[in-house]
Amino acid sequence: MTSQAQVRRLLSLVPYLREHDGAAMADVAGAFGISVRTLREDLNVLWMCGMPGLTPGDLIDIDMDAVEGEGVIHLSNADYLTRPLRLSTDEALALVLGLRTLREIAGPGQRAAVDRALAKLEAASGSAPTDQASVSVTAGQDETQARITEGLQRGLRLDLTYDVASRAETTRRMVDPLRVFVLEGYGYLEAWCHSAVGLRTFRLDRIAAVEVTDVPVEPHPDVVLKDLTTGWFETLKDAPLVTLDLAPEASWVAEYYPTEATTARSDGGLTVTLRVRDPGWLRGLLLGLRGGATVVAPEGAGNSAAEAAQEALDQYAALLDPASAG
Amino acid sequence: MAPRKTERILNLTICLLVSGRFVPKSRIRDAVEGYHDLSDAAFERTFERDKDELRALGVPIEVGTFDPLFDDEPGYRILPGEFELPPIDLDAEEASVVGVAARVWQHASMAASTSSAIAKLRAAGVEPDPSLLASLEPSVQATEPGFEPLWVAVLERIRMSFTYRDGARRTLEPWGMTSSKGRWYVIGRDVDRDATRMFKLSRITDLPRRESKPGAYEVPADLDLRSLARALAPPAPTEEAVLALRAGRAPGLRRRGRPGSAEVSLPSGFEVHVVAFSELGSAAEEICRYGADVVVLEPAELRARVVQGLTAVAATAAVSATSGAA
Repeated sequence: MTSQAQVRRLLSLVPYLREHDGAAMADVAGAFGISVRTLREDLNVLWMCGMPGLTPGDLIDIDMDAVEGEGVIHLSNADYLTRPLRLSTDEALALVLGLRTLREIAGPGQRAAVDRALAKLEAASGSAPTDQASVSVTAGQDETQARITEGLQRGLRLDLTYDVASRAETTRRMVDPLRVFVLEGYGYLEAWCHSAVGLRTFRLDRIAAVEVTDVPVEPHPDVVLKDLTTGWFETLKDAPLVTLDLAPEASWVAEYYPTEATTARSDGGLTVTLRVRDPGWLRGLLLGLRGGATVVAPEGAGNSAAEAAQEALDQYAALLDPASAG
Repeated sequence: MAPRKTERILNLTICLLVSGRFVPKSRIRDAVEGYHDLSDAAFERTFERDKDELRALGVPIEVGTFDPLFDDEPGYRILPGEFELPPIDLDAEEASVVGVAARVWQHASMAASTSSAIAKLRAAGVEPDPSLLASLEPSVQATEPGFEPLWVAVLERIRMSFTYRDGARRTLEPWGMTSSKGRWYVIGRDVDRDATRMFKLSRITDLPRRESKPGAYEVPADLDLRSLARALAPPAPTEEAVLALRAGRAPGLRRRGRPGSAEVSLPSGFEVHVVAFSELGSAAEEICRYGADVVVLEPAELRARVVQGLTAVAATAAVSATSGAA
């Protein structure tokens, strides 16, 4: 721990302890996200501090008997530190961006609360500029988010119409909503899907329609929600590997999708190895790249894209020259 | 050593905070215990560093020489009104959204900035409680190695240089950062080109390096990050395409479009939809992804692009089939 981080914390700890006289060590440590041991070190520093002169009457007073005995903190003689320091620019920005990100997936009621909190924080942070950073989230339509929020809050099953991008089709299913999250710039609904009989993740912007039913959700005690700290990596880790040669104009693929290996090619393109969970996703990618990518391995992984392309070309031939269609 | 240093800096803060007027440097040296045993040179160095650390935390240390007794010696003070967080009163809903926002950052130093902001709010009597909104989990990732140095540069106005993907060395005065679709971008003045430029962090190939001290430039007062960031979004659609969609497929296109009609005889099971698009290349990419589920009827230019793309994909199978046979 750096001294700077400790100074920053102590300047908040003193007014906090004045506000919460007799607070338990464990509660204070919890509120500050530190261990009880770190808190004890903080208190040891604090009671060596005080007004210039540092005679016993000048020092911040902490009842160390109460700390050691009942494990509670009584702090006094620090009347000059009744308020925390203003928010610094990094603190204000980090918190404001957090709120704005929440706003993107919130329902209307929460959005209003976010707006009020933002206004109060911006007023309190005074000169700290909060316009120097922004985060945009691709999320659902307002109505979609309002209904999902309602389902979550009231514990009601949702009737979901969802576009499965890799299969290019729309599905309809009953789901028990469990959570709405944001990961890498997109908002998702995580829900127990009664059609698939399993936990599924739905991108909010691909939810075509949602209705709140009057059926209460079932308890799902054994469901383990996705761990957001690992990104999409965990979901993909057992998926088969596919190696692609990318032409220069298709090399953006290496930036957009997590790659296992990337090597430069002499023509300015890349050879990349990706984990592919869904063959339909790969087919769509290859078709969209319009020849900019070719499959190196495994053999045949690109066949379904080529077949789909040929089928499409046959349709064009029939349409443009009906005679040839026979 | 760290606790001693923390004590010294905290005592310095209290000394400047309680005096109410400018305290000359010699008086500070006498009053703050950690400075007593230092040589003249060591005191100067330590005092300068301590002030820098406090300023970095956002502690407003003023310099002045108003005391007639010490008139050629600089004095220092901290005005409580400048130091203290103004009153902030959040209702339960607002405190709850702040509690959710506190957990958003999946990046160590941003998470630390958020925690210390929350510690200040707690010290000011706010009790952020995310449990009311347990099912909402917004998150922001920042995995690009350049994120942290550039973020600090934005906050402290430090000129930076880095190598971009095209191999060119760039020198930038970073004004702000924005995240779109989970990718971070930095916006600022490109010093060599004397123009506003935006760089994608994932395309920076080395660790950005400092080229100046903090405060090296001014950020334009009318910086509108959101409108600059909007340049990242696809342009608004200006053209229309007439497409035949296989029934029930390509839901994304279907929902954006409206039903239409066509003179030609369609493959069976297809319906005509009119869909707006902004640019031929991205429209061709999107349509090709759907393979044989979409047929472009008009405009001919778009149809030609799609047919060309599909031909290239169909050819990839022919090539691998040939090489497989050889």
